[in-house]
Amino acid sequence: MTMHTPTTPAFKANAHAALDNVNLQTALRGSRGNFVAKRAKARADLPEFDDLRDRARDLKNAVLANLDLYLEAYEAKVVESGGHVHWAKTAEDAQRIVLEICRNAGAKTVNKGKTMISEECAINDHLIAHGITPVETDLGEYIIQLRGEIPSHIIAPAVHVTVPEVETAFRKAHTHLDPARDLTNMASLQAEARGVLRAKYFEAEVGITGANMLIAETGHSIIVTNEGNGDLSQSLPRVHIVMASLEKIVPTLEDASTILRVLARSATGQEMSVYTTFSKGPRRAEDEDGPEEYHVVLLDNGRSNMLGTEFQDMLRCIRCGACMNHCPVYQAVGGHAYGWVYPGPMGAVLTPSLIGVETGGHLPNASTFCGRCEAVCPMHIPLPKMMRHWREREFEKQLTPGAVRYGLGAYAWVAARPKLYRLATRIGARVLRAMGRRGRIKALPFGGGWTDMRDFPSPQGRTFMEQWKARAK
Amino acid sequence: MSGPRVALFVTCLVDMFRPSVGFATVKLLEDAGCTVEVPQAQTCCGQPAYNSGDRATARAMARAMIAAFEGFDYVVAPSGSCAVQIRKDYPQLFPEGDPFAARARAVAERTHEITSFLTDVLGVTSVPQTASVSATYHDSCSGLRSLGVHDQPRTLLGSVAGLELTEMVEADVCCGFGGTFCVKYPDISNVMVGDKTRNIAATGADLVLAGDLGCLMNMAGKASREGRAFRARHVVEVLAGDLGTPAIGDAT
Repeated sequence: MTMHTPTTPAFKANAHAALDNVNLQTALRGSRGNFVAKRAKARADLPEFDDLRDRARDLKNAVLANLDLYLEAYEAKVVESGGHVHWAKTAEDAQRIVLEICRNAGAKTVNKGKTMISEECAINDHLIAHGITPVETDLGEYIIQLRGEIPSHIIAPAVHVTVPEVETAFRKAHTHLDPARDLTNMASLQAEARGVLRAKYFEAEVGITGANMLIAETGHSIIVTNEGNGDLSQSLPRVHIVMASLEKIVPTLEDASTILRVLARSATGQEMSVYTTFSKGPRRAEDEDGPEEYHVVLLDNGRSNMLGTEFQDMLRCIRCGACMNHCPVYQAVGGHAYGWVYPGPMGAVLTPSLIGVETGGHLPNASTFCGRCEAVCPMHIPLPKMMRHWREREFEKQLTPGAVRYGLGAYAWVAARPKLYRLATRIGARVLRAMGRRGRIKALPFGGGWTDMRDFPSPQGRTFMEQWKARAK
Repeated sequence: MSGPRVALFVTCLVDMFRPSVGFATVKLLEDAGCTVEVPQAQTCCGQPAYNSGDRATARAMARAMIAAFEGFDYVVAPSGSCAVQIRKDYPQLFPEGDPFAARARAVAERTHEITSFLTDVLGVTSVPQTASVSATYHDSCSGLRSLGVHDQPRTLLGSVAGLELTEMVEADVCCGFGGTFCVKYPDISNVMVGDKTRNIAATGADLVLAGDLGCLMNMAGKASREGRAFRARHVVEVLAGDLGTPAIGDAT
């Protein structure tokens, strides 16, 4: 089995390393605010944006209430058009199905449009282990493939990489090109990637893409891209595989257009992505191009277990990335610190659902509940609330650290006794005041988390309740 | 007095660390014609337990708080975060059918953060204060995003003669406090508060103001460690004319 091994249990160490990583910090600081400003403008330019968000949420809720029916309708349409639908209960199932299709096609090379479901299933590793070469054709994905990394962002997979690092990766990989060429700016890097990848499009026997949506009424899958790489990946090879998770379904074309109107605006601040591509079934007799075989791999991998639970709303997610673009924790540490495929607030909710809270438990804790993610989510997903639900599951399973459990217990015990609480706070205020010099404490015993990097302001002296009582007399 | 009967929820941080914020809040309420009472049974809203996943403890603490604050016209706190806990989260802790549901809802809908209470409920849009200082306002997350506290403190600050308000960049971005977050993930919290103090300093303001003491202690503590020139105060201190009390983290 080839799966990305989660490093989520090491989130703290990952975060620490990320904060010390100069290149990463340069990249994160460089992109900070760009997505935020663009989304804000896109929203301001469309008066009905918030109405569209409500409609998008409502239509996805209706889908989730009848998911099985919509999936069956979609499958029937795909089959009717000559395509195949493969149900993958687990990531391993998806690996097996994809490999089998590739082998049947005699594939040596597989071109890939951007697909997070492929990342979730570690399809590239699996193909390589079986002698098939996957080629990522999205520029960001191509960069991280050369660097041997997984995406650090769901729509901008290489957002953690600086221009000089891309140059290094290209010089190492493209040894057939003139060593004296200039690769110091984005334009030259893009041109080089385009040239290299253009040749690859004609070599691949199979093309794999993701799907932003699957439409039940017609059997279409939709991808949105800005590079056009997805179109070439899916229309030139003899076989096209769509990899999608089962919650990507929407009932009608009309519904798809509602979601398209909030998707790009939330993601990149564009009104629409440059390419919005519909595909359905293999090429028909009258078609000038297109694949001879059309397969859809529908992945569950734990999602159906979320239905009917307090995590069901997470299945509304359309993977725009707005939550991570607005998350101060993500902005500080980047996506790799989260330790698995999905970073940021959506990852903090989804990851424990997919790989277990025992492994992914740090992520829903690493949030201040600042609420910026929920505020910008086009699907109104209550991300902080669901992170709290994960904390509750951890508390129930006794995964919460002992110090926190006992500390809370002691605090609650005292707080339940107002007289004792008054006494404890009076003593506490005086002790802390005595420890401080000139109004601040430089080092707190057991409070190094605070005072290693900040002073701790001392209390003023007598508590409010104490003084109020005196005043009332 | 014929004004509304208001219970002050002083909040655990203000009670223990900065009682002057409590008295400034009382002054603002009394000046606006309220009769202020301080229920003696109040302790803490239970947010630390609630946000740590300890729902049973959070419910127990909520029950005690609801009992302490029932029967008033309003409950007012000098904190957006603590007000949200009562106003938004208590009803979630006691869903329909729970014997406490109606009581939780009744207290919840009467509970307010101080600046929004003054402007939105009492219609107060100015305070008779003078302060020749420059200030910048940090939007604490819960108040901003769960209660819509944004214009209210700015409106009131705008009425203080001589006060110059300069907006910082990313005023609505979290300072990195986050309750237990700041000690559970100190590295990340430190970066967040470092960004915040840099943004505050860039305005050149003498003061950073905010509506939550937790955020203020975090920002003041970082600024103090960095040797920044600006000082930190709760917004009610300026609105109540209490600039004589040393700022947060200054010698008393």
